Amino acid sequence: METARFLLSRFAQSLLALFCIITLTFFLARLAPGGPFLDEKKIPEHLVEQMKRNYGFDKPLPVQYAMYLGRLVKGDLGPSFGNKGFTVYEVIAESFPVSAMLGACGLFLALALGIPIGVFAAARRNTIVDYALMSLVTLGICVPTFVVGPLLGEMFALKLGWFDVALWENSSAWILGSVTLGLYYSTYIARLTRGSMIEVLSQDFIRTAKAKGVPPLAILFKHAFRGGITPVVAFLGPAIAGLIGGSFVVESVFGLPGLGQHFIKAATNRDYWLINGTVTVFAVLILTMNFLVDVLQAWLDPRTRANR
Amino acid sequence: MLSPAPAKSTTIEKGSSLGRDAWLRLKKNHLAMASLWFTILIILVSFLLPLVPGIPDPNTTHPDLQSMPAFSSATSMDGKEVYYLLGSDPLGRDVFSRILYGGRVSLSVGFLATFVSLTIGVIYGAVSGYLGGRIDAVMMRIVDILYALPFMIIVIILSTYVAEMGDWKPVRFLNELFGNSLWLLFLCIGAVEWLTMARIVRGQVRSLKGQEFIDAARSLGLSQSRIIFRHLIPNTLGPVIVYTTLTVPAVMRLEAILSFLGLGVQPPDASWGSLIKEGADLMASDPGLLIYPAVVFGLTLFCLNFLGDGLRDALDPKSSKD
Repeated sequence: METARFLLSRFAQSLLALFCIITLTFFLARLAPGGPFLDEKKIPEHLVEQMKRNYGFDKPLPVQYAMYLGRLVKGDLGPSFGNKGFTVYEVIAESFPVSAMLGACGLFLALALGIPIGVFAAARRNTIVDYALMSLVTLGICVPTFVVGPLLGEMFALKLGWFDVALWENSSAWILGSVTLGLYYSTYIARLTRGSMIEVLSQDFIRTAKAKGVPPLAILFKHAFRGGITPVVAFLGPAIAGLIGGSFVVESVFGLPGLGQHFIKAATNRDYWLINGTVTVFAVLILTMNFLVDVLQAWLDPRTRANR
Repeated sequence: MLSPAPAKSTTIEKGSSLGRDAWLRLKKNHLAMASLWFTILIILVSFLLPLVPGIPDPNTTHPDLQSMPAFSSATSMDGKEVYYLLGSDPLGRDVFSRILYGGRVSLSVGFLATFVSLTIGVIYGAVSGYLGGRIDAVMMRIVDILYALPFMIIVIILSTYVAEMGDWKPVRFLNELFGNSLWLLFLCIGAVEWLTMARIVRGQVRSLKGQEFIDAARSLGLSQSRIIFRHLIPNTLGPVIVYTTLTVPAVMRLEAILSFLGLGVQPPDASWGSLIKEGADLMASDPGLLIYPAVVFGLTLFCLNFLGDGLRDALDPKSSKD
């Protein structure tokens, strides 16, 4: 009952946050100087006026906002100015799978690599193994994705020819992309896991378990792991936001036609509805992830529920 | 105001201040100290070395001296002897001097944006924690909602403003004052980076308000300002300093990503991010263009992170027992 109420309030808060994000991006994009019709080719003034009328840009901003919300509720994201003949929905439907694949594989790799490294380093705390692993991890944090990406591309795609570079069609460049993303986030996860595992391992109930003669591996995985993993779960929310930001870079490095590429182009060209559409997708993703994290945390750690 | 402490009390008990303790602990951490010296060195070199007369201009192109190797010297068309410490790029610009100037941009953005976020975060957090009650709840809910914002996206949208606001009068004035439109960039980054700082300061202020040592200080008859300046603020300062040190590399990374995506520094100006981008494009033909700025950038981030970790160990009251 308590849990249900907690999750319900979290859900309501997510909806409120989504509304705030949609509103903020609408006004941020619309108040920006310049506009979608400022082409290199000089369009006659009266044509620009007519286009503005067509799209309803001649009306006052609050009216446009209300119209936008009305269309959004019906699921209509509007046309894309930068991709002639395409609606925003079509652009997103085409590019979203690319980004989703990239992000999902990256996240999986980050977890699959980061958690074992963190647990292992914590179990061998203050030994040479621990120091070596943690130095490597700290080094990894400081080499940004936009250096690792080109280097991986150079090595595995150009020199060794294992992967294609760029071009999404039937290409394996996305593998390098997700490896780039995954390696970077695994460093954060490894550090977090190590820190929280060490904290859990120094608690009294672990000493009791040791005194009872529970084998070390069982202590590590049956007793400590559940508590030690909670901060990592909490990190998944920010990690998704970070992965989205990271995918902008990776998509640009490997030339993958994902959502990030479209978003950046839309932002620089003032493709209003595409900006709003992509940001809405990003926001829904982040908020869904945050909500799932809350659910997971409530399940892993009953204290979370009581504290709210 | 603070009244001068009676001389007697200082002779009886030679107290060791929090800052001094922390400094002693930090000095024992060789890695953190090395990081500190390296950071200071990088800052001094980036800001002072370009003032030395012999250093070439980072934006001067030499069409006849393209892609020179490192440690080479050549005579340019106008008969001048040019020495390339780290070679030149395909436009004949000196890579070493571009890295120096790029460092100036990257470090300024890092520190100034951090300063913006520090100011907003500390004030917001302290007000929220100090007032408490309903105002605190509302203020923290706002932070919660902002946390869910994809802030990288907001920065990108804001940074596209930068390119097109040059005609607006106040913007033009500030552009002329700073020499370019970078100030808008660090304002944008600072404006979205303050959330964690606000949470940290609020938490500190709230927990300190009710602690025994504050009661003890009060019952000893210390003045209000002495309690605030000698007992409350030094205790919030620890986490604030640590988090500030860790924010600088985060902000520098963000600036580098923006510049890499072509949204930050505009050519011919350079930052470490834009230099890495130029290098990544030409990696196959001239790997040095990528490697030199990437190594300098990576080392700087590495040191700032280690310095932050070292400061955390030094300033954390929990670790002061061992």
